[in-house]
Amino acid sequence: MTGQILPGARSDGSAWSVGAVGGAVAPGCGSSGGVRCVGGGVGGIGASPVRPDGALKVRGEFAFSSDLWADDMLWGATLRSPHPSATIRGIDVGAALAVPGVYAVLTADDVPGDRHYGLEVADQPVLAVDEVCYRGEPVAIVAADHPETARRAAERIVVDYGVREPVTDPEVALAGGRLVRHVPIRKGDPAAVAEVVVTGEYRVGMQDQAFLGPESGLAVPAPDGGVELYVATQWLHADQRQVAAALGLPVELVRLSLAGVGGAFGAREDLSMQVHASLLALRTGRPVKMVYGREESFVGHVHRHPAILRYEHGATRDGELVYVRARILLDGGAYTSTTPAVVANAASLGVGPYRVPNVTVDAYGVHTNNPPCGAMRGFGAVQACFGYESQMDRLAEAVGLDPVEVRVRNALAEGGSMPTGQVVEGPAPVARLLELVRDRPAPPPVGDDPRQLPGGVANTTAPEQVVRGVGYAIGIKNVCFSEGFDDHATARVRLELIGGEPTALVHTAAAEVGQGLVTVQAQIARTELGVERVVVATADTSVGSAGSSSASRQTYMTGGAVRAACRAVRAALLARLAGGSGAGADDGGVADDGGAVGDGGVVGDGGTVGDGGGRVAGGGLELAGGVIRDAAGRTLGTLVDLLAAGPVERSVRWRHRPTRPLDPVTGQGDAHVQYAFAAHRATVDVDPELGLVRVVEIATAQDVGRAINPQAVLGQIQGGTAQGLGLALMEELQVVDGVIRNPSFTDYLIPTILDVPPMAVDVLELADPHAPYGLRGVGEPPTISATPAIVAAIRAATGLPLARVPVRPEHLTGTG
Amino acid sequence: MRIDCVVNGEPRRADDVWAGESLLHVLRERLGLPGAKNACEQGECGSCTVYLDGKPVCACLVPAGQARGREVVTVEGLGDGDLHPVQRAFIAAGAVQCGFCTPGLIVAVHDLLARTPSPAEEEIREALAGNLCRCTGYEKILTAVRLAAGREHES
Ligand code: FES
Ligand code: FES
Repeated sequence: MTGQILPGARSDGSAWSVGAVGGAVAPGCGSSGGVRCVGGGVGGIGASPVRPDGALKVRGEFAFSSDLWADDMLWGATLRSPHPSATIRGIDVGAALAVPGVYAVLTADDVPGDRHYGLEVADQPVLAVDEVCYRGEPVAIVAADHPETARRAAERIVVDYGVREPVTDPEVALAGGRLVRHVPIRKGDPAAVAEVVVTGEYRVGMQDQAFLGPESGLAVPAPDGGVELYVATQWLHADQRQVAAALGLPVELVRLSLAGVGGAFGAREDLSMQVHASLLALRTGRPVKMVYGREESFVGHVHRHPAILRYEHGATRDGELVYVRARILLDGGAYTSTTPAVVANAASLGVGPYRVPNVTVDAYGVHTNNPPCGAMRGFGAVQACFGYESQMDRLAEAVGLDPVEVRVRNALAEGGSMPTGQVVEGPAPVARLLELVRDRPAPPPVGDDPRQLPGGVANTTAPEQVVRGVGYAIGIKNVCFSEGFDDHATARVRLELIGGEPTALVHTAAAEVGQGLVTVQAQIARTELGVERVVVATADTSVGSAGSSSASRQTYMTGGAVRAACRAVRAALLARLAGGSGAGADDGGVADDGGAVGDGGVVGDGGTVGDGGGRVAGGGLELAGGVIRDAAGRTLGTLVDLLAAGPVERSVRWRHRPTRPLDPVTGQGDAHVQYAFAAHRATVDVDPELGLVRVVEIATAQDVGRAINPQAVLGQIQGGTAQGLGLALMEELQVVDGVIRNPSFTDYLIPTILDVPPMAVDVLELADPHAPYGLRGVGEPPTISATPAIVAAIRAATGLPLARVPVRPEHLTGTG
Repeated sequence: MRIDCVVNGEPRRADDVWAGESLLHVLRERLGLPGAKNACEQGECGSCTVYLDGKPVCACLVPAGQARGREVVTVEGLGDGDLHPVQRAFIAAGAVQCGFCTPGLIVAVHDLLARTPSPAEEEIREALAGNLCRCTGYEKILTAVRLAAGREHES
């Protein structure tokens, strides 16, 4: 175990770190043992047990959604609009239908149910209805016996378009009344004045999630007239609802199972091929598989909203913030998707994790004819953070303070209030996180190994040309769904003897997208039930909704639900113990959703941050290693004996504590469940003549509340940081007149192993009193501040203002 | 067309292969070996990496006809019933998240360590520069390579 415990950590929440270089392993990883597995037993919370899908994945035997196969299956293909904006005067599918091997060609007229769908607003056509509003919009679909036949047939569909002038400038869209949502935030005195004022306008380009596993799945028609759908998604029940509506079927006839998900990052929150494959399967009576190619994937899912951000910060001469005024404009593209939530995040988190007495923020989301934008890791918060952190650096310079010092001086702390008036409950270690990254040892100076120079061996950088810079940033993100949304997750847990051994079966609809959620569910069951053997069932819609694997919420929500269901099982066991040999009403019983146990965050949480640690509710009884003991340590019974009377099963629908809408005029309201924080320090080497940047090191410090699985926490922090690096330096969909110019990995660059530097990580575990086990959502915060930290480092090296990401070579050489 | 080749040590035959089909398509859709992945099918991501006559190639770029009479080894053929040390190292290091990049990386690292049993940090990075991973940020992949090379205690 190479993680070190940092001094000064709270006694109820330790801290640990891994170095910038080397095979550091997080506490509790694999064979190094569960060092902080408080009450967990082997593989419980706080440990990093081997992930159950690991062996399948390294063998190539894990069934991703693109790997599915059925006897007699057909292949689907999609015809997409070549125009960003056009009317459809007619569609002739005759030539396509005539192609041998083609079984069906469908258009909007063949959609039996609702012809529009959407996560928040049903405004996106299943297949274009009379018009197309972005380039790449699905117009018709084909099923054929070979994927190439389907593609070629789709090309033979004749569509008569009346091409229109697209609206691609979000400012024009806003002026033209194409507003999706405006969120104002008003706090304090709108006319406040200050001694020092800094202003800036910043831009964020359109980033793509660029998961590796393409959109894909298999739809199988069912004998009862319904459809079985095997797909990669983030939210099975949201898909089910929308697919059923489009098919005109009751939801019970649309059954979804999660197929292997090759990454998500927000791009699988909206539908892609789900309805299309189902329509084709129902029409042909045969299983239909659809797999997008990479170019189609780039147009087949939503992207990160590009943003234009104008900021004015007023401060005292000592660098204390007096006011922040901001206008944030987000381009939502053709359809609504999650734009309303993105706008709310940008507005409510728009000044960052700082104390600001007077705030005026206006965030707008608009419709254009650009590709639709929606969920991507850290949405709304990522764009705002580039703006406010760039401003904090300008302020630091204006008042002559070090960039960390100006941030620490204004840092939000526990009990502080957000621009929405919401008081931040629980730890908010903003200053501490900044100090942690600042105090890390600096990486070694520039060497003369060409592989370590900007541009690597392929370029001609000489060591003496290289300038080094260091930059800092910190970000804030809301965890879970906000603004009064009824956010819940359901878990069903069954404890029974299998082969004489107590075994827990955990069933939820929560999407494992790679983050390690299946492992986490098993860990929680082990900790709560004191058993080693846990089976996590495939996620599907035969159990209640888990909500989305997004908003950093799934360990909190589904983790909370699994914990609550396990505790309900424990309570039933205790009742069985009290009732004698176990014949009781609970045998195999199911507490309905909304039952007495664990429904509602408050009840489920028990109001403490204790681990439960296998403690059976009430009476100081303890359940560990399959034995129930009383407070004096006397054995009262064994799980094997208690379960001999039959299995115990409980299903619990669990909610976090309620949130409130934002006031539509003032933006005031307790809209968020939890805040999460991460800070970064980036060190870069720049060759200003060639416009090349090499990130030498990125250090992250993040408070995770409680690391349920330290190895997975590190995975999220490092992976998220790398995506932030991508936005800083290379990742942008270049959209010209509504057309994506670079829909391939040749032209849309994501970081390779040569681009991502060593990533040192400090993890704080300061428990959130409201969250299960005190945990804090982990996935998004590291993506948020990595980008501005890297750009700050480049500014420090070059002195250039750099108000746009990604930073391109021509921004450094002055040629662009 | 018909294609006969040896895959993971066994003679295999695919019939009715279209002229434009890649080796990747034939492996995945005709021979029931979906281990090699299809993240880009443009030679840019490395997720489809397999051995062709002992050399790692992007199977998406190899026309199926070129595999005729040759020997292909996919990720499914690396472990010998048991997991290969490279595969074990990926699991132990936490180098697997969604796992879509994993099969290609396993083959690439297998090849690297066969050529260079104890690669330096920069050699590892150069060797894996063609394998994209979107989930991990690569840190744990580097750890896995060091682990597989028996040097995880260093640095
Ligand atoms: S699928 Fe072959 S390189 Fe990407
Ligand atoms: S683990 Fe998901 S792409 Fe590498």
